[in-house]
Amino acid sequence: MSLQKAFVAIIIMALVTYIPRVMPLAIFRKEIKSKYIKSFLQYVPYAVLGALTFPDIFYSTGNLITAICGTIVALILSYKEKSLVVVAIGAILTVYITGLMIL
Amino acid sequence: MRKRFDKKEFVHGLKGGMPIAIGYIPVSFTFGLMAVSGGLPVWMAVFISLTNLTSAGQFAGTNLIIAGAGFLEITLTTFIINIRYMLMSLSLSQRIDKSMTLGERLIAAFGITDETFAVSSMEAGILTYSYLLGLILGPIVGWSTGTLLGALISSALPVSLSGAMGIALYGMFIAIIIPPAKKSKPLAYVILISVAIACILKYIPLFSIISAGFRVIIATILGAGIGAILFPIEENSKEENIKEGETI
Repeated sequence: MSLQKAFVAIIIMALVTYIPRVMPLAIFRKEIKSKYIKSFLQYVPYAVLGALTFPDIFYSTGNLITAICGTIVALILSYKEKSLVVVAIGAILTVYITGLMIL
Repeated sequence: MRKRFDKKEFVHGLKGGMPIAIGYIPVSFTFGLMAVSGGLPVWMAVFISLTNLTSAGQFAGTNLIIAGAGFLEITLTTFIINIRYMLMSLSLSQRIDKSMTLGERLIAAFGITDETFAVSSMEAGILTYSYLLGLILGPIVGWSTGTLLGALISSALPVSLSGAMGIALYGMFIAIIIPPAKKSKPLAYVILISVAIACILKYIPLFSIISAGFRVIIATILGAGIGAILFPIEENSKEENIKEGETI
């Protein structure tokens, strides 16, 4: 993608990020009534993060084996409710160390 | 009559935003690293963080830019990912100082992230413009600074380490969704459905024409949609659920 096209894409991204933030605060000022729409909106972040993570995480390091090891460590640390930074660093170190062992 | 700019409120907001700002640095660092190693110039990586101020949406959008995806795909993907802000904005709209002008609302809305929302929700009483301005300032600075650092360091990191850092964002996503899913069965099902659909779309040859962005959109809509039909959340429980979220 050319830089110019990338720039346009970024402006569009900024707009579609800003619109959901600003509309209710500036314009609607009303509450959504339907419990189904409310539930849907509430489930969206979890569904989206799940779909963003899997299966792409397995291809995030350039090596399937190191990525799987990193994923397992991230799952274990998160299950133990470690903080975001601890989980991320744990996954990075695992990938780095398993990478050194394999290659 | 409330003062237009209340210094005490502003400082109180600044203090509330500090831990968020610090937490953003490693995440945005990874973003800067990813954007520059994907071929974008340093200024563009920082420009994305300054204008988008969001994690999942801008990571996904930037990935699509690097992959050379079309405008429609980029627009829909980032929009779907960011739709959740509507709920937070709605919730905040019930709590803010009613005398806030349109201009002030436009500025405060820009700084709504999962974290600033969570912190302001815990705040007692009416949320003033001065407080909100103070609250969002630190996170904006932290998010851009981290991006700049990651973008600048990108070329100096050894390949083995920058390759390993590719997993950081996904690790954080896992850290965001697993703890709430442990406590809530509906959330666990929503995540499982969405992941299953994403994998089906990726691995079954029939669906191979569907690009990465649309795959995430379809999986999200089906996962959250099926979840909403099977497990509609009853009133009252709304606030707590959002507070548990830790995405930006």
